[in-house]
Amino acid sequence: MKILVAIKRVVDHNVRIRVRPDGSGVETTGVRMSMNPFCKHAVEAAVQLSEAGHGDEIVVVSIGPKAANDVILTALAMGAHRGLLIETDAALETLAIAKLLAKVVDEEAPDLVLLGKQAVDDDSNHVGQMLAALTNRPQATFASEIKVVGQGLEVTREIDSGRETLALPLPAIVTADLRLNTPRNAALPQVMKARSKPLAVRPVADFGVDLAPRLVIETISPPPERLAGKTVASVTELAGIIASDLSTMEAL
Amino acid sequence: MSVLLVADIDQGALAPASARVLSAIAGLGPVDVLVLGNDTDAAAAEAANLVGVARVLVAKGLVAADADADVIVALSSGYHFVVQSAGSVGRDRMPRVAARLDVMPVTDIVQILAPNRFVRPIYAGNALQTVRDDQPIHVLTIRASAFRAAATGNAAPIQRLDLAMQSSVRLIATHRTPSDTPDLATAQVVVGGGVALGSAENFQLVEKLAKKLGAAIGATRAAVDAGFAPNDWQVGQTGKIIAPDLYIAIGISGALQHLAGIQGAKKIIAINTDPEAPLVKLADVALIGDLFDIVPKLTAELDRLGVKR
Ligand SMILES: Cc1cc2nc3c(=O)[nH]c(=O)nc-3n(C[C@H](O)[C@H](O)[C@H](O)COP(=O)(O)OP(=O)(O)OC[C@H]3O[C@@H](n4cnc5c(N)ncnc54)[C@H](O)[C@@H]3O)c2cc1C
Ligand SMILES: Nc1ncnc2c1ncn2[C@@H]1O[C@H](COP(=O)(O)O)[C@@H](O)[C@H]1O
Repeated sequence: MKILVAIKRVVDHNVRIRVRPDGSGVETTGVRMSMNPFCKHAVEAAVQLSEAGHGDEIVVVSIGPKAANDVILTALAMGAHRGLLIETDAALETLAIAKLLAKVVDEEAPDLVLLGKQAVDDDSNHVGQMLAALTNRPQATFASEIKVVGQGLEVTREIDSGRETLALPLPAIVTADLRLNTPRNAALPQVMKARSKPLAVRPVADFGVDLAPRLVIETISPPPERLAGKTVASVTELAGIIASDLSTMEAL
Repeated sequence: MSVLLVADIDQGALAPASARVLSAIAGLGPVDVLVLGNDTDAAAAEAANLVGVARVLVAKGLVAADADADVIVALSSGYHFVVQSAGSVGRDRMPRVAARLDVMPVTDIVQILAPNRFVRPIYAGNALQTVRDDQPIHVLTIRASAFRAAATGNAAPIQRLDLAMQSSVRLIATHRTPSDTPDLATAQVVVGGGVALGSAENFQLVEKLAKKLGAAIGATRAAVDAGFAPNDWQVGQTGKIIAPDLYIAIGISGALQHLAGIQGAKKIIAINTDPEAPLVKLADVALIGDLFDIVPKLTAELDRLGVKR
C-alpha cells in the first residue's frame, strides 16, 4: 500500500505566542517552528504501517515556504521514503491546501492519505475532511487506532461520547489524533540518511489551483485577560465560597 | 436569509449543544433544523419545541460523514447558512460539506458580530481572529459553550424527507463512557482532575466531588493518556471546550493546551501544591496544598454545609 502523509510546519507548540499590537497577526519571526504535533502522529502511523508490512512507499508532502524542508527532513528521518515541498510564501486557506493536496493525490494515487486532525496554529481541523470530499474518498477523522483488515481499514475514532470504530475500504483519508501512537525521535544516523532521500521542490503555481482567499481576516487580537485572584487559607473557607457560589447560580 | 441548522443527536435525543447554537444564530434568519439519523423521533420533537425553529426536516442517516455530507449538500441550495455545533460530528461533517460546495468554512465561532463577521480563536485560544465571509453560502460551526440555550415552547412542523444515501463506511463498534453526570460541554459546574491524581481509583476523588456538586467531570490530556479518565472527559485544545459558571481544577498545572478549553469559565478555583502553577496564577480562588488531603475534606465540608444539587 502506498501512503501519502501531509505535514505542516507551524510555530512550535511550546512557544507562548505574541499577538502583534497592530492587530495584523501573530508574531512568527524569530519564533521556533516545528512539525505540527498531529502531523507527527500521522507520520509515525505511516511508518508503523510500513514496518508491519503494509506500506510499500511513504511520500510526505508539505505546502509552505522553503524552510518547510525542515519538517520534511524530520519525516524522512522518521522513516518516510520521499518528500515533496510545494513551495509558497503565501498563507493559504485550508480550502486551497486541500485543492493542492487533491492534485498530489491525483498524481501519486496513494491508497491511504494520513493527515493530522488539526494544525495548532489556525486550529482549523478542515483539510483531511476537505481532501476526502475533493477526492471523493471515505474519511475517518480523529483516529486513535488504525488496523489493516483484509482490503480495508478499521479505524477507531475519538468522539464526544467516547470512541467508535469504522470499517472503511481503501483508498481512504484518515486524520490522526494524539493517542494514535508515540512519535519516535529519529537517531542521528537516520537524520543523516534523510538528507540523501529524494526531496522534490515544486512551485505552487505548477498545480494550476485557484489560491485566492475567500475570507478576509480583519484583525487578530489577544484574548481578554483574566484578573489575578486570591489564595484562601483553608478548606472551610473554600467550601464556603463554593457553597455560596452554587446558591447564587442562576438555575438553567 | 435562511439557515439550515444540522442538529446534534445523542442516543436519539437532541444534544444540549443544538439549543445553544440555535440561540447563537437566531438573528441570521428563519432556521430549519435538519435531524439526521435513525430513531430520531424524540430528537425531532425536541427540535420542534425550540423557539426560533421554522421547520424540522428529518432524514435517515447512515452515521458516516460522506453520506451525511451528501444529504446536507443536497439540501443546502435553499439556504444562505449551513450551521452545526463545533462538536465532534460538526467538525467531521462541515469541512466536507464546505469543500463539496467550494466554500471556505468558518469554524469554532465564539461570537457573531454580523451575518458575515465572526470571531474564532486560533493558537489554542491565545489569539482571536475576526473574519469577514462574503461568500454566497456560509458554512459555519459554532462553539455551543459560548452561548445560552434557546427557550422551549414552540411547535414547528416536522417534515420527513426521503433521500437515498450510500456510504462505503460501516460503523462496527461504539464505546460509550457510562455516565450519570451532566454533559461536559454545556455543564454549569465542572470539576477537572489532572495527572496528579495518580490512578483511576484516585480519580474517584474528583468524581465524588463532582457528584456532590451536580457537576460534569473533566480531565487533562495527561490524565487521559495515563488511563485515569476516559478520552471524552478531556478538556482543552484537542478535547472539549467548556464554559461553566464554575470550574474546579484539581492537580492541574494549566498547560496552554488545557487553558484553551476553559477560557470561557466564569470562575476558576484551583487546588494545587504549587503556588507557581499557571492555573493557580490565573484562578479566581486558589487553595495551595495536597489534593489527597484537601479534596476528601472539601467534599465532607460541603456535605456538612448541606450542599446538594
Ligand atoms: C498538540 C497538543 C494538544 C494538547 N491538547 C491538550 C488538551 O486538549 N487538554 C489537555 O489537558 N492537555 C493537552 N495537551 C497536553 C498539555 O500540554 C499538558 O501536558 C497537560 O495538560 C498536563 O496535564 P496535567 O496538568 O494533568 O499534568 P502536569 O502538567 O504534570 O501537572 C500536574 C499538576 O499537579 C500538581 N500536583 C502534583 N501533585 C499534587 C498533589 N498531591 N496535590 C495537588 N496538586 C498536585 C502539580 O503541581 C502540577 O501543577 C496537549 C499537548 C499537545 C502537544
Ligand atoms: N500547509 C500544509 N501543508 C501540508 N499539510 C497541511 C498543510 N496545512 C494543513 N495540512 C494537513 O492538514 C491537517 C489539518 O490541518 P488544518 O485543517 O489546517 O487544521 C494538518 O495536520 C496537515 O496534515
